[in-house]
Amino acid sequence: MPAEVSLARGLGRSYGDASLPSSSGRLTLNTRHADRILAFDESNGRIRAEAGLSLDVLNRLLMPRGFFPPVTPGTKFVTLGGMVAADVHGKNQHANGNIGHHVTSMKMLVADGRVVDCSRTENSDLFHGTLGGMGLTGIVLEVEFAMSRIESPWIWQETRRIRDVDEFEASLVEAAPQWPFTMGWLDCFSTGKSFGRGLMMSGRWASADEAPKKTPPEKRKSRLSFDFPESALNSLTIRAFNETLYRSQLRKSSSGFVTPEKYWYPLDSVHEWYRMYGKRGFTQYQFVLPRTANGGTRRMLAALHELDANPFLCVIKDFGQGTEGTIGFPMPGITLAIDIPVRNDTQSVVDRLNEKVLEEGGRIYLAKDSFTREEHYRAMDPRVPSFEAIRRRWDPNKRFRSSLSVRIFGDDP
Amino acid sequence: MNVVLLGGTRGMGRAVGRAYAERGDALFLLGRDAADLQRSASDFAARGAKGSVSHARCDLERPDTFEPALAAATAALGRIDVVIVTAALFATQDDLEADPELAERVLRANFTNTVLFSEAARKHLLASGGGTLCVFSSVAGERGRKPVVIYGAAKAGLSSYLEGLDHKFRSQGLRVVTVKPGFVKTEMTEGLKPPPFAGEPEDVARAVVRAIDRGSPVVYAPLPWALVMGVIRNLPRAVMRRVKF
Repeated sequence: MPAEVSLARGLGRSYGDASLPSSSGRLTLNTRHADRILAFDESNGRIRAEAGLSLDVLNRLLMPRGFFPPVTPGTKFVTLGGMVAADVHGKNQHANGNIGHHVTSMKMLVADGRVVDCSRTENSDLFHGTLGGMGLTGIVLEVEFAMSRIESPWIWQETRRIRDVDEFEASLVEAAPQWPFTMGWLDCFSTGKSFGRGLMMSGRWASADEAPKKTPPEKRKSRLSFDFPESALNSLTIRAFNETLYRSQLRKSSSGFVTPEKYWYPLDSVHEWYRMYGKRGFTQYQFVLPRTANGGTRRMLAALHELDANPFLCVIKDFGQGTEGTIGFPMPGITLAIDIPVRNDTQSVVDRLNEKVLEEGGRIYLAKDSFTREEHYRAMDPRVPSFEAIRRRWDPNKRFRSSLSVRIFGDDP
Repeated sequence: MNVVLLGGTRGMGRAVGRAYAERGDALFLLGRDAADLQRSASDFAARGAKGSVSHARCDLERPDTFEPALAAATAALGRIDVVIVTAALFATQDDLEADPELAERVLRANFTNTVLFSEAARKHLLASGGGTLCVFSSVAGERGRKPVVIYGAAKAGLSSYLEGLDHKFRSQGLRVVTVKPGFVKTEMTEGLKPPPFAGEPEDVARAVVRAIDRGSPVVYAPLPWALVMGVIRNLPRAVMRRVKF
């Protein structure tokens, strides 16, 4: 490994600067060529693969054989290494936890050039530090976990109209024990009696006898091959989009079979969809508030309104459990992920939101972040010193660093 | 189908191996590094290759390894239908000009030894009534060009040999497929700036499997390179002296 290598990068789908080098002189290692499956046991789903393998390929190969990853984020264009580094979660977080809960062992290249194995029993500090450690503990070479068995390649989905944010929180919590997958889309522009209205989508894998007999059709992919002009997304078009989305659900609730592609990866059907946000792009802001923050979601939404941040898309989800990662993101409570177009005042919008999250006792998700300041993050996350101790042990000279680690942990560029 | 692959651990060879594995064909791998071969063998097996995927040592720089490797493949598969060679050495023109020893190694591996391996493979295929020999040459061998003077010369010689082989042995049941890849995004080209029409290894693999199925003698991959090279082949020397490619 060349001495200048200071970070690994997979498919680059983290929303912020986690996979960007800390300065121009440093090299980022492309892991995508390391994508071989080293072992797969059909009897129990156990798989071991090189860290550059993508979920896209894994799903294409193993879904027809009746297997699906135990946890998947909202895009399949992620590598196993990236999933581990962000300790990703998905619509089944309340039931299945994060990917870290399922990883049984990893092989890593650490700062002094050694290749070491780590697990809950071997080099466990490195193991836990790496889950959600944003790539700062070393380079993940191999990941081992168990795929889940699925009875059919179809999902049974129920969509329900939700009147306001309080009903949203209650419905998500109520649905959690009944449905393995839940999440909601929330209309950030709604006001008054319907403040925080939206649609809740619950789902489960369809059983073999009820599922449609045909295999899900492969969807034609389209591509957004140009940047939208900045003016395309303004408060008017965003409001109209959200209104249309809410109105598209005519009845109080509806249900039916949908393809896993549509259910898990709605945005993947348009390649480079993010170009819709124009040249300056957008930032995502995701936070979680603890169960004790009664009415916290409502207060956060009110803050968003006040800041006039034009949030385009807002997703709400109930977390059922925390993380095994030393600085992993999830904790039991309600999480909100909000897409905000980047403007001149985005830094102050994020600062203000972070102050609110701090007041509520919550924390933010580093995989989505590119604006949070070090003092805010440290105040939010009392676990940072333990993470820094692990980094000191395995990488005393801070060989591994990123644009994010300079910003959040105060590393030298 | 039973496929023998020399160079299946990386890049285009890996992609071709995966294409066959996902069709359920049987594979036998040849290469230098046993541990790396085993990793690819596991990958192909997990992707659906028929039976277990075995491998044997075969080094393009060591002609004495060719015959034992092909014999091991024949023993394992019973019968060989296709032999594919993607292995080769690559170095930039600057490095080759600066280091005659490196130039000698690259020329020997990519021309002399690839021809010798192909000769051994041809005999194995003809002994069992015929089959397909598919060898990766390069668009670099199409025309003498500034960035690939030495590398391209070896590939030009190789392409010429493969064409002659096709003419001489086709009637006896040997089909020869010459692959001429353009710029493909692999470990070999990592860090280089991809030109227009740069392709993915999977695109090449699809084209190669189709060409082998059909017995097409020459395949350009990705396809736009057939047009690009058509133009370059016909450029006057006065122009070629001036351009950088």
